[in-house]
Amino acid sequence: MDYVYYPGCSLETSGKAYDESVRFVFSQLGHRLLEIEDWNCCGATYYMATRETISLVISARNLALAEKLGQNLIAPCSSCYTILYKTNKILQSNPIMKAKVDQSLRRDKLSYNLSLKIRHPLEVLVTDIGLHAIQEKQTFSLRGLKVAPYYGCQIVRPDRGLDDKEDPQMMDKLLASLGAEVVPFAAKVRCCGGMLMTTFPEVALKLNREILETALRNKAEVIVTTCPLCQINLEAYQDKINKKFNTHFHLPILYFSQLVGLALGASPQQIGLHRQLIPFNFEAKLQEGLR
Amino acid sequence: MKKDTNYLQSNGYIQEKDKKLLDSFLLQVANIPGGESLRKCIQCGTCTGSCPVSYTMDITPREIIALFRAGDMESILASRTIWICASCYACTVRCPQGVQVTDLLYALKRLAIENNIFPKKFPVFALSQSFVNLTNRYGRSYEPGLILSYYLRTKPWQLLTLFPLFIKLLTRGRISLLPKKIKNTANFSKILNEAEIMEMIIPVRES
Repeated sequence: MDYVYYPGCSLETSGKAYDESVRFVFSQLGHRLLEIEDWNCCGATYYMATRETISLVISARNLALAEKLGQNLIAPCSSCYTILYKTNKILQSNPIMKAKVDQSLRRDKLSYNLSLKIRHPLEVLVTDIGLHAIQEKQTFSLRGLKVAPYYGCQIVRPDRGLDDKEDPQMMDKLLASLGAEVVPFAAKVRCCGGMLMTTFPEVALKLNREILETALRNKAEVIVTTCPLCQINLEAYQDKINKKFNTHFHLPILYFSQLVGLALGASPQQIGLHRQLIPFNFEAKLQEGLR
Repeated sequence: MKKDTNYLQSNGYIQEKDKKLLDSFLLQVANIPGGESLRKCIQCGTCTGSCPVSYTMDITPREIIALFRAGDMESILASRTIWICASCYACTVRCPQGVQVTDLLYALKRLAIENNIFPKKFPVFALSQSFVNLTNRYGRSYEPGLILSYYLRTKPWQLLTLFPLFIKLLTRGRISLLPKKIKNTANFSKILNEAEIMEMIIPVRES
């Protein structure tokens, strides 16, 4: 099947490995990702929080461009996913806003006809494509790898009926079906602080410390994320956390799509493992598990 | 066409300056899907208890709603609460009454900006401003530019501490030194200019 693809700004830069691994997984499973032509920034939480109409217009430009390519729009970044989903919902339910947005888009001869469904790749993998189809293409087992599935905030919240919002299961099931050992992880939907790492670092460092600690206490060897901001917060600031709280974290932080890619036979390069700040030495570990 | 927001109003005596703020807030609330459930708040405090950052707020989310009901909009807008919210939506999904707490805080942020009620160099607003400026110019977010402009505005002396991380990300191809731009920036600006006008149009109530 074809899916319309919205990478978003982070996936072009700091979250490049997320983009690489999502593309690998979908093509390996025989599905095409059609990237939106000349997409723009979704506006992110910051725009949405400060300028209402403009943020909706910016976001809707992507929807208008996407609509030309198909009906299912995939956005891997949790923030993009939430913003695009929210925009779609507001435009569908608020005719005044819809009129304002239409009027603005008309300046570039664009229009949005409300036909899109906004999807997250995790949801598409688990519900559309299905665990069975993924297992059929599996060439490498994740057996013996202890993973803590970290969903963060914006996949399960606000509630879209995708999964349980306190104890989501999609990623747990996906990784378990590929052989990984999913450890109990009470912090799976706790907030990483998002951009607070820049604005109020002392607050964000505390939040990330708690998440890392919970994972480690349950013997996780890797935390698996669904969001580029969670990934970088948890990975890039472990040094600072260690210094501030006198801890010794050195935990690899991966995207779920990287592990799925591995299971589907990707080389480390193909799924961006060379971009990790804290290396993930999967070979030694997984060979050990295979024995 | 404006939705009727009278039923959300509080009954007590409200000062003139708060009345104006209250009116524009209610207008914003009317635009939030499910925003009207604000009236159902039972002050149980589940929002505050669920909030990962409430420990560092000066006014808790529950208290924000209590102050709104008392008509004290100025205190709300001057608080650091609305800026420290990380948009995790934990309060929103747990609220037993369906109050859209996160979206209400967004509305309050917009109100604070419109009315210029907040410390000038307050970090979160400076970050939003930098973000908005860069996105308008390039059509895409530009991380190094965002961080640079933010630090220059708020804490320039700390820029050096970012250098080790910057190098690490750069060598792994995780930072793009030059901004990625959309192709059609001219037409993008046209859309933005029109949206700027649309932003100012407030629908009037049918007589």
